Amino acid sequence: MAEPFLSIQQVRKAFGATTVVQDFNLDVEPGEFVSFLGPSGCGKTTVLRMVAGFEEPSAGKIVVAGKDITRLKPNQRNVGMVFQAYALFPNLTVAQNIGFGLKVAGMPKADADRRVAEMLELIKLPQMGDRYPYQLSGGQQQRIALARAIAPKPKLLLLDEPLSALDAKVRVSLREEIRSIQKKLGITTVFVTHDQEEALSISDRIAVMYGGKAEQVGTPFEIYNRPATKFVANFVGTLNVLEGTVTDAASGKVRVNAQEISLQGKLNGSKSGDTLSLALRPEAISLGRHPGRDASLSGEITEVHFLGSVIRVRVGIGGSTVSLDTFNSPATPPPAVGEKAEISFSSGDMLVLH
Amino acid sequence: MKQGSRFWAWLVFGVGTTYFVLPLLATFEFSLRKRRGEYSFDAYRSVFGDPNFQTTFTYSVVVAIFTILLGVLLVVPTAYWIRLRLPNLRPVIEFITLLPLVIPAIVIVFGYIRMFGSNSTLPFLATARGTDALLVIGYAVLALPYMYRAVDTGLRTIDVRTLTEAAQILGAGWTTIIARIILPNVLIAVLSGAFLSFAIVIGEFTMASLLNRPAFGPYLQNIGANSAYEPSALALISFAITWGCMSLIQILSRFAPRSANRPN
Repeated sequence: MAEPFLSIQQVRKAFGATTVVQDFNLDVEPGEFVSFLGPSGCGKTTVLRMVAGFEEPSAGKIVVAGKDITRLKPNQRNVGMVFQAYALFPNLTVAQNIGFGLKVAGMPKADADRRVAEMLELIKLPQMGDRYPYQLSGGQQQRIALARAIAPKPKLLLLDEPLSALDAKVRVSLREEIRSIQKKLGITTVFVTHDQEEALSISDRIAVMYGGKAEQVGTPFEIYNRPATKFVANFVGTLNVLEGTVTDAASGKVRVNAQEISLQGKLNGSKSGDTLSLALRPEAISLGRHPGRDASLSGEITEVHFLGSVIRVRVGIGGSTVSLDTFNSPATPPPAVGEKAEISFSSGDMLVLH
Repeated sequence: MKQGSRFWAWLVFGVGTTYFVLPLLATFEFSLRKRRGEYSFDAYRSVFGDPNFQTTFTYSVVVAIFTILLGVLLVVPTAYWIRLRLPNLRPVIEFITLLPLVIPAIVIVFGYIRMFGSNSTLPFLATARGTDALLVIGYAVLALPYMYRAVDTGLRTIDVRTLTEAAQILGAGWTTIIARIILPNVLIAVLSGAFLSFAIVIGEFTMASLLNRPAFGPYLQNIGANSAYEPSALALISFAITWGCMSLIQILSRFAPRSANRPN
């Protein structure tokens, strides 16, 4: 395995009596795009700020390219950062903003000008060099901020919720642009977000954080499909949770609302009579019986929401409600509220939450 | 109803304007009476022709410039640091900067004379240049409430913390951050403070007189005590200088660097 480019080792941060980050460990490979995903106050921005040097860890070590940078000042780290609030210098033009880091580093003017032009090309705003930040839209300002961060060729790029101040459409196009630039330059990147869709769509790996800890680190596929904890399962994506009672631990039989399903190999040492939380993603459930789906439950349709390309249906099963999505087909009318319905799923898709 | 409220508004405006303008008009009218039986600008001619006017005015302008420089060097980094790192100390600093409004200049200057006399370890008063420096320091203290407030208000319009962090991560040190990012963005606020300082220094009497410096304030007092019409002319000239400063603040504020938060 290659040497990690960024290594965050046993990092802890406390503000007075409050510990906001505890025992955080993460190794990031060279050129990897890693996202910190979590709700407000989970410590994701604090970890990023410790990597940037704006906060000093109370304990632990941060290593970049084999060098311990834990106690270095932010201006000695050669790290680029994009902030949520753009943070462009209002008194400088776009070109001066992008060239700021180059000028501070003492790069000759001709070389700096060339690099600024190159950056403007990269972010597809070649004509904007003479404008001031206030003359640009939010999306343009954030692209300039990205160009400014990568112009001095930093070792590491940190993105602190760079898209959250933008409107939905710009957010999607800019995140794709950020990812494509990151891939093109091969720069190791850490991205902080509370938006799961953003994290799932652009990351190589995601660290889901909660209460100052990394709950799970994995690829978007692993995080979504194999959540390691109840928090990750609930936080990432929509989840249907059903209560079940183990009826026969040896054969993996579980009773859900007086109906029995088989979850062989998934009970992880549960005993007969134990109550379990069972979770299913809406897309893992089908309305009606389907070949290849080995488990089914009966209930009654309680809600139908037409969302255009998909129809979200809620089925009441005993005291629980299960949400599922079915594709809209113009030839078939949507299901009606009050109809009896059977849902089927593959028992392999059912998650047993611990 | 609307007609009535407009009448009262105009009445209040009229009374206020009269209260403010009438004494000025009277002073102006009196300053034109130097020649018997007709109006003339003789009093102004006499003031502008007086070599003491020119020397004292020039002296005060130079002192004002040094006061502004000292004020900016003292206040900008302080106000910046308070906003960035010590926001809890802001009320304390505000209180300290307000003290010159409460403590009379005469008390401050007597304190200086006792502290910095020729026998003290810092004998500012032993030489003329030293006394000039002490006068500049004293004026910087007198201008502190205005300068601090102006700069602090300017800093409030920008995101000090994020801009500082953005500059830091790009490799900038503190001097670069203050000189190239913070100061240009609060320049208009600094200029407002500077012009207010200028207006204070130009007419100040107590400190200059007790430190025995040839400033414009003591000259104004001396003319007032010995002539009839020239003091009125000088009063109007002082007013014009102050108003000029205020107008410059207004004009310059139109050229303030615009930001995303303040696009127009």
